[in-house]
Amino acid sequence: MWPLWEVFIRSKQGLDHKHVGSLHAADAQMAIEAARDVYTRRMEGVSIWVVESKYIHASNPDDSAAFFDPANDKVYRHPTFYQVPDEIEHM
Amino acid sequence: MNPLLDYTLRLADNSLILGHRLSEWCGHGPILEQDIAMTNLALDLIGQSRSLYQYAAEIEGQGRSEDDLAYLRDGWDFRNVQLTELPNGDFGRTVMRQFLYDAYEQPFLEALSQSRDERLAAIAAKSLKEATYHLRWSSEWVIRLGDGTEESHRRVQTALNELWPYCGELTRPNATDITLLTEGIAPDLDIVAAAWQKKITEVLEEATLRQPETRPARKGGKDGVHTEHLGYILAEMQFLQRTYPGAQW
Repeated sequence: MWPLWEVFIRSKQGLDHKHVGSLHAADAQMAIEAARDVYTRRMEGVSIWVVESKYIHASNPDDSAAFFDPANDKVYRHPTFYQVPDEIEHM
Repeated sequence: MNPLLDYTLRLADNSLILGHRLSEWCGHGPILEQDIAMTNLALDLIGQSRSLYQYAAEIEGQGRSEDDLAYLRDGWDFRNVQLTELPNGDFGRTVMRQFLYDAYEQPFLEALSQSRDERLAAIAAKSLKEATYHLRWSSEWVIRLGDGTEESHRRVQTALNELWPYCGELTRPNATDITLLTEGIAPDLDIVAAAWQKKITEVLEEATLRQPETRPARKGGKDGVHTEHLGYILAEMQFLQRTYPGAQW
């Protein structure tokens, strides 16, 4: 069976590529074209990235408490105490 | 028949019949991703045929609609080249049929987008983007299958041998082509033929496939002479409108 690929699409308005799903393909070229056919049929995107799923390393759900809970009470890390000038875009 | 009407109907029929053939794969593709890819091709082609039938209906001026032209004409009225009506066979055969057609359609539309008929030129310019992707898709699959396993190579080579006789008609002018060429409406098919042969040679070589040496002889689709297969397509495609005239979705 062909390997699994993760697909990332950048929309016309978007500044970053967002994960949209996965598909099977024999190589990168086929994966990009299949992504075009499967994930951009309704004008969703202007750019496609694909990466073989095996190259993605994920955090372990068992580590969630140690990884993420300590951030819960650090509200001062949010930059909500600044006035953002109107000229700054994409904030 | 008015040559421009005859010509526009042919372009519409080519797109509709090949689009219908591809739509037969919907739900039956070898893998999900390619099932969707072929359905996309089918939708592109059927969309192109709609624009062309609408124009044909206007040229005819008899009050017939695009649907009347698609669903209520008989086999001998259809002007599509025979290649488009041939059965899908296996995936390799469908891919080969598509490649042989796309290698013609892409340079053909490029030339037609310069037509003196503004409506045909506009439809061609819009369709060209789709055809460019179709050719890319079908070329790559011919290369993958030809230069793939022993079995895939054998299957696409067999498909090529069997489809080859039908390729000549694509670029062999009939009376309508000649009339409209002199009026600056239809492209010069000799130029399209040269582009077709160049692409065929290039892709078949990379696919390690052998171009048949016989000269493609089959013809007649442009003048309403078809293989036995067209009748079966029309029977399936038209039965609803013929059984329940005016039925709507």
